[in-house]
Amino acid sequence: MEHDVDAATGNAAMTPEHVPGDGAGRTGGGNGRGGGWGRLRPAMRWETGLVVVVIAIAIMGSSLSPQFLTANNFFNLGLNNGEIAIMALPMALIIISGEIDLSVESTLGMSSAVLGVLWADHWPMLAIFVVVAVVGALAGAINGLLVTRVGLPSLAVTIGTLALYRGIALILLGPRTVANFPTIYTNVGIVAIPHTDLPYSIGIFIVLAVIFAIVLHATPFGRSIYAMGDNAEAAMFAGLRVKRIKTTLFIVSGVASALAGVLFTFRLNTAVQDNGTGLSLDVVAIVLLAGVSIFGGKGSIGGVFLAVLAFAGLQNALLLTNFNQEATGLVTGGLLLVSVFVPNAAMFVRSIRRAVTRMTRRMPSEPALSMPRKDT
Amino acid sequence: MRALLRRAPLAASTLVVASAVAVAACSSSGSATPSSSSSSSGSGSSTAKTGLKIFVIPKNLGNPYFTTADSKGTGGALAAISALGDSGTETSGTAATSASQIPAIQAAITKGANALVVSATDPTALCPTLNGAIKRKIPVVTYDSDAPSCRSLFINQASTSAIGTSEVDLLAKQIGDSGEIGIVSAAASATNQNAWIGYMKTELAKYPKIKLVATVYGNDDPATATQVTQGLLEQYPNLKGIISPTTVGILAAAGVLDSAKYRSKVMLTGLGTPDSMKKYVSDGTVKAFELWNPANLGYLAGYAAADIAGGSLKVTQGATFTAGKLGQFTIGADNTVLLGPPTVFDSANINNFNF
Amino acid sequence: MTATLAPHREPGSPAPASSRRLADRVFRIREFGIVAVLVVFVAVTASIQSRFLSSTNIQFILVDATIFALLALGETIVVISRNVDLSVGSVLGLSAFLTARLASNTHGLPLPLVFLAGIGIGLLCGIVNGLMVTIGRVPSLVVTLATLYIIRGADVLIVGGGQVVPSSYYPSFLTISKATVAGIPDLAIVVAVVIAGGAYWLRTYRSGRELYAIGSNPDAARLAGIPMGRRVFTAFALSGAIAGVAGVLWASRYGTVDSTAGTSYELQVVAAVVVGGVAIFGGSGSVVGAAIGALLLQTINSALYVLGVSPNWDQAIAGFLLILAIVLDRLISLRLTASLRRRSARRGA
Repeated sequence: MEHDVDAATGNAAMTPEHVPGDGAGRTGGGNGRGGGWGRLRPAMRWETGLVVVVIAIAIMGSSLSPQFLTANNFFNLGLNNGEIAIMALPMALIIISGEIDLSVESTLGMSSAVLGVLWADHWPMLAIFVVVAVVGALAGAINGLLVTRVGLPSLAVTIGTLALYRGIALILLGPRTVANFPTIYTNVGIVAIPHTDLPYSIGIFIVLAVIFAIVLHATPFGRSIYAMGDNAEAAMFAGLRVKRIKTTLFIVSGVASALAGVLFTFRLNTAVQDNGTGLSLDVVAIVLLAGVSIFGGKGSIGGVFLAVLAFAGLQNALLLTNFNQEATGLVTGGLLLVSVFVPNAAMFVRSIRRAVTRMTRRMPSEPALSMPRKDT
Repeated sequence: MRALLRRAPLAASTLVVASAVAVAACSSSGSATPSSSSSSSGSGSSTAKTGLKIFVIPKNLGNPYFTTADSKGTGGALAAISALGDSGTETSGTAATSASQIPAIQAAITKGANALVVSATDPTALCPTLNGAIKRKIPVVTYDSDAPSCRSLFINQASTSAIGTSEVDLLAKQIGDSGEIGIVSAAASATNQNAWIGYMKTELAKYPKIKLVATVYGNDDPATATQVTQGLLEQYPNLKGIISPTTVGILAAAGVLDSAKYRSKVMLTGLGTPDSMKKYVSDGTVKAFELWNPANLGYLAGYAAADIAGGSLKVTQGATFTAGKLGQFTIGADNTVLLGPPTVFDSANINNFNF
Repeated sequence: MTATLAPHREPGSPAPASSRRLADRVFRIREFGIVAVLVVFVAVTASIQSRFLSSTNIQFILVDATIFALLALGETIVVISRNVDLSVGSVLGLSAFLTARLASNTHGLPLPLVFLAGIGIGLLCGIVNGLMVTIGRVPSLVVTLATLYIIRGADVLIVGGGQVVPSSYYPSFLTISKATVAGIPDLAIVVAVVIAGGAYWLRTYRSGRELYAIGSNPDAARLAGIPMGRRVFTAFALSGAIAGVAGVLWASRYGTVDSTAGTSYELQVVAAVVVGGVAIFGGSGSVVGAAIGALLLQTINSALYVLGVSPNWDQAIAGFLLILAIVLDRLISLRLTASLRRRSARRGA
């Protein structure tokens, strides 16, 4: 089964795509069946492609720079991307379910601000952790409720909360910086997990990845996420508590962003109001790179893991070479496009051929059924 | 069989994750702390070394101010570095955030940097990384924007108090020592901004008839700076003067004041580059403003970094060194070197400058 | 469509007065909600600070809003067809720099050519987006997210650390945004005309109306024989071209252009469009509403600055108001559909 929309109708007309939030957009391509064979093939194909990409990046990096494949470099690589990786996990689930959450960078910033303010006020750190987790959960709950109860599109809501939560961070901290966190915590940015070369944030990411993978791929909860991404209405009629599940996902995303905020703050030993700005799109890019379909209903945690490797590895490799850093954006965007085109390559070629044939034969695009054209 | 296949994506994912963990855990050193890769030590010898690798890391790439400060062509940091026989590279992120600057610093260290020249995106967020460099005997010279607790030397473009006081004096002269004034600043959290504003307020005490009514923040974004200036003008219709100690801010404010309604009624001064302000000086919107020469700032920073790494300069208070064409400098309190007094630009001299 | 019988009125129910019919029509306009919010907001702000409505401040707001209103026009065309264009900020930035260079004294291209160049640059980017969405069959969120990175990257590469400064332009370029007619900025008038033209096209011409059909129900649209590829491609091309023009205006307005022009504008534009009542799922909404949405957001910004609200509170308030606006709009539209349903039930259709 191809990784695309209208396999069911299979005709040549071009299909515009829908943005997340519209669960009823598709007429259910061949991927809705049970999660067995239907989901296996496209997932394996995408992940295989990603493995190839990761290996290619590793080869390119190591041939261009002798420092690429060193433990120290991997440590730095992991350190710089740990928080984004953690946030990518619930983001993948949210996008699979048909929604999106752009506010993650601001929830990170808000949690960092809460951490800073409470620490400056001499609260015990463990109590602060609890408060930060609650703040993250609340942030996610607000997103979830606005999307499910009020019925607003998640793209719009999370653009609003992107600004709101960043604003709250600004109100809490103002122009202040809190930079005196105890070494036992700021060590997450300096030392690795004992007996390994992994930074703590990556260790946490791996543990979370396993948990998310189990939940997504081996529980009814996970299956229902796929189902509601495929077709929200059908899922609701099938008895799935769509609203409750989606709200839960947003809450998980909020807590994960809060966790990322704590790690980020300790790594930089700085709580300042602009912590995390710009990260939301990076997280979305990673999730898209992972093969999670923006239509919902498709994607895997293994893909997320590989996408983190690819994304981080590529940026790191470029930094180590004499590559003009100003062009990094070009490369990231290019990678994203390549990642979507390559699986579609066969179909892409076919559509080009069809488009060319149609243009040369000068025939109007044909409807699937020969209905007389209505004059509006 | 079906059940197994349903688990296939899970299995695949687990396999991938497990193998990656295995690779990471079993890779090279296995020590708890990251081992340093090849990096030559760059200090301690009595004769100056050359051929060192020095990395210049501004707040972000694609920033005209830093391009002037760093480029070889403008006589900036890279010019100084190559004049001393070392190899210099400019690198950074494009987002002017600490998260975007840190990977560039780490990469420089990994690539064997002998010295770092950094304009800090944040006074404390870079410290874990910069301290790591210092621990590896890589001197860190900050310029333009300091990270006070994690660098070897700071090149200050002008004394903080001098900037603050001279700005106020410049404006006071233009508005006749009395009236309401406002400040259009950059980001609310920018250290140098707040330091300068602090000195401005102290200097204002000398002018009892001048009242600072508001400080607004343009966040170094032309659109925001324009809007906050407009808001300031609307909120205080009797405003007589504006100080904008940021090149983006002063340009935005000049754009707003460049109309018959405001020209000569609201005076503007601040920190701006002569190139960008030429138009406003020539049409009378701005009478005078000031700045230092960013290329000289970069040159001095590059020179100092090369000297320290090469062993010919020990960083202690009172030590002196000659920075090529710029002359002699002394290391002052808190390991800071002052570039010099700010230059005042007005219609008389603005066409002599090319930056 | 069912055949309509003559309305069968129950004895005793009043005949609909013509004034009530007018009120119906007004309330049925989705834009009513957003205009109401704007009016209330302006009234409240003006009562606190009367200078908010001074002629200079109104000019400020209008000029600031024109650029976003233009971007909102292009974005609406795309969103109506159930797509999204996230690359508009990057296109604006690229166009701003390149056209600023062209309008400089060294090149001295006449103004109309500068605008054409802006349109051309934007059109090129829009065409690339359109091709990838239609022929490449890649979801527009992915395509435009990628081109956001790519175009911005190209911009940074081209600009390097350079910038165009106000003194390099020939004078007439910078005054575009300052010229006024009877106190209203020329720019606002022109953009208003363009938006009206856009609204007319979307409502009257088949090529415009079919975008709504595509957005409401792509399958039905295809079955009805609508040339979807061509329409969606045109939408993206238009969005790009409009962003290109917005870039020229940006350069004229702010004078200094470097590689950061237009950063993060895409989210603000999407916000404006959503606030303006355009459904993010496509199929409904109007460019007039989106333009008013852009105006509302700029008005909120200006109000916060004029009222002297502590800068620390700006962003939170802006985010809160955005959410409030879309919640209100949703509630209004729910009420509307409910009352419309009730009314047609009453008429016994």
